[in-house]
Amino acid sequence: MSEMTASAVTGGQRTRELVAAGIGRRYRAEKRFRAFGLIAIVSALAFMALLFANIIGKGYGAFVQTEIRLPISYEVAVVDPDGTRDPEAMLRANYGKLYRDGIQSLFPEVDSRQERRVLNSLISSGATFEIRDAVMANPSLIGKSGEVWVPASDDVDMLVKGKIDRHLPETARRVTDREIAWIDALEAQGRLETRFNWRFFTQGDSREPELAGIWGAVVGSFLTMAVTLALSFPLGVATAVYLEEFAPKNRWTDIIEVNINNLAAIPSIVFGLLGLAVFLQFFGLPRSAPLVGGLVLTLMTLPTIIIAARVSLKSVPPSIREAALGLGASKMQMVTNDVLPLAMPGILTGTIIGMGRALGETAPLLMIGMVAFIVDIPGGFREPATVLPVQIYIWADSAERAFVERTSAAIMVLLFFLIAMNATAVFLRSKFERRW
Amino acid sequence: MKRTLAVAALATIAFAGAAEARDQIRIVGSSTVFPFASKVVEQFGKTTSFKTPVIESTGSGGGLKLFCAGVGVDHPDITNSSRAIKSSEVETCAKNGVNKITEITIGYDGIVVADSKKGPEFAVSRKDLYLALAKSVPDPKGGDKLIPNPYKTWKDVNASLPANDIEVLGPPPTSGTRDAFVELVMDVGCEQFAFIKAMAKADPKAYKAACQAIREDGAYIEAGENDTLIVNKLVENPKALGIFGYSFLDQNADKIKGATIDGVKPTFENIASSKYPVSRPLFFYVKGEHVGVIPGIKEYVAEFTSEAAIGEDGYLPQIGLIPLPADKAKVVKEAGKTLPHNVK
Repeated sequence: MSEMTASAVTGGQRTRELVAAGIGRRYRAEKRFRAFGLIAIVSALAFMALLFANIIGKGYGAFVQTEIRLPISYEVAVVDPDGTRDPEAMLRANYGKLYRDGIQSLFPEVDSRQERRVLNSLISSGATFEIRDAVMANPSLIGKSGEVWVPASDDVDMLVKGKIDRHLPETARRVTDREIAWIDALEAQGRLETRFNWRFFTQGDSREPELAGIWGAVVGSFLTMAVTLALSFPLGVATAVYLEEFAPKNRWTDIIEVNINNLAAIPSIVFGLLGLAVFLQFFGLPRSAPLVGGLVLTLMTLPTIIIAARVSLKSVPPSIREAALGLGASKMQMVTNDVLPLAMPGILTGTIIGMGRALGETAPLLMIGMVAFIVDIPGGFREPATVLPVQIYIWADSAERAFVERTSAAIMVLLFFLIAMNATAVFLRSKFERRW
Repeated sequence: MKRTLAVAALATIAFAGAAEARDQIRIVGSSTVFPFASKVVEQFGKTTSFKTPVIESTGSGGGLKLFCAGVGVDHPDITNSSRAIKSSEVETCAKNGVNKITEITIGYDGIVVADSKKGPEFAVSRKDLYLALAKSVPDPKGGDKLIPNPYKTWKDVNASLPANDIEVLGPPPTSGTRDAFVELVMDVGCEQFAFIKAMAKADPKAYKAACQAIREDGAYIEAGENDTLIVNKLVENPKALGIFGYSFLDQNADKIKGATIDGVKPTFENIASSKYPVSRPLFFYVKGEHVGVIPGIKEYVAEFTSEAAIGEDGYLPQIGLIPLPADKAKVVKEAGKTLPHNVK
């Protein structure tokens, strides 16, 4: 008896000794583990900060645009030579002459044809259309004169923003000494300013960086997302409810489940090829249309939504179902009145995350013709349109220096939408989530 | 069951009604012509009452494939191309009912080999470029035999070149620029070796492998289709060279400089006068069957071939298109008015 106690005592002592010997090592291991975790998070944050700093640093310049104030006289002889005020004839008038006369009146000493052309090139060719639209909107301007702010060309803009270095030798930059002298003279007269770039937020794409805007792509993205949401949300939720609440558990539902999980992992370009074969070639839907883009992205988002919806349906406790059934509710009443409302926050979160992914996709849209240069703002689901990530890609591929900042600015707009969507998901979850 | 069938039928009707008339020109094709065509499209949309045409950048080959797929509103009206249409493509076109094709040359594009302003001056011959970039080259020790490319630095290739490692960023094989580079530089360079030239007749396959295969040991880096990216990489690495279209050199003259090839600098004047050896014509093709059916095609072609667009002082040369010489320009302008079916 006493021997046993003694051995138990020594055994306990041995354990304690072993623990004491190992404890330092275990603490160190835990410290290391924590340190690795911290390093991982800090480096991830550092990279994100670097990314944001890079994008914002490059892109903020695109929110302002250099403009030049010109004296414009809306001469009757130019705008409406026949005096008929016929809109069709006025549309074709030579409005370019108005701004060229305007800038030349500021530098009357420039008289050779060659030099005048260089002087004219300080102004964006878009000035022609802006003056035209102003006259068309307000024909009472004809015969009068006034001061008008028009956009400067992209080279002037880049010089003013310091993206073209004026201290380089003349041959090494796109702006000559003569042009710099004119720009400085305009600035000294208060006729050259960087002003808020409203064109960036209201215009469609353009080959002229100073006229290119994001609005066409925003509208295109919106139309595409509307189609995707309208189709994938009801379909996805219905599928999930059926599989989770009604379907028998057998080989067939297992196969369906495995397939849905596989679909979620398929590269998105494959959905584009499918869309090309089915929607364009078989159903004959128009190319480049948000309708088709939305259909293709629906195929891509559906699995994500189904999986998220099933998970949140599963997390509703069985007691709720049993209580509803026990009170005499039919199975459908139980689902629509009790289970679905409780699962909704989770379903919405999954949907928004799926939509966020769809918003950033370009690969499936390549096949159905949405990677295109489209100037007009799309007016409907069947009109040609492009989307934000495609716009970023097209600008990133353009030679003009000024497109660099526009690319970054467009990325900022896309990120803004993504962050807004994710914030909505977080908000919905925290507001409606129930805990049991 | 009945209801399901009814829904399916409704859906089919809704989709089938889709192939309707189109009042907007659709253009596909080369990514090299894309910046020029999109400028014309924009101008056309703003100055006429027609809708602005839609352009997709699909690459020359992809564009011709879509173009030749058939006649009707589902198929594009115009395709841009950085190479001439091949006879096999004309056959495909004919098989699908596309017989009235107009070819219009819009100008030239120079392909430049460039490096950072901070890098050394490069004056190379096409033979040097071939030796530096080919997968297998004639044995430098002599003899008519090909060996895997042994050259590590430019100095190894030609003693007058700098002793930098060979490091060239260029387009991938899917690119039209790569096709043109192979044809205009590699082929010419390798034909300077008599025994390879002799192979062209005797064994065309081996000849093709000798001349057109580009080394894969890391000296040539496929940098994707994005030329802006190549320019940025050159600025960061002054020892590297890049291959891309002239307009990117023109736009970034403060950061990079073009290498002299066979004694000629890649300037606007030299490319326009065809002194610079590495340049190619750019085209677009119009589907005759669609002219008069889709509104605005004639007017669009007229805008593209106008003096204001492709003339020497036009808006396209301002963004890097090399204009046609006067005699050719005259022919093109005439073709732009009459749209002759000149592809047989």
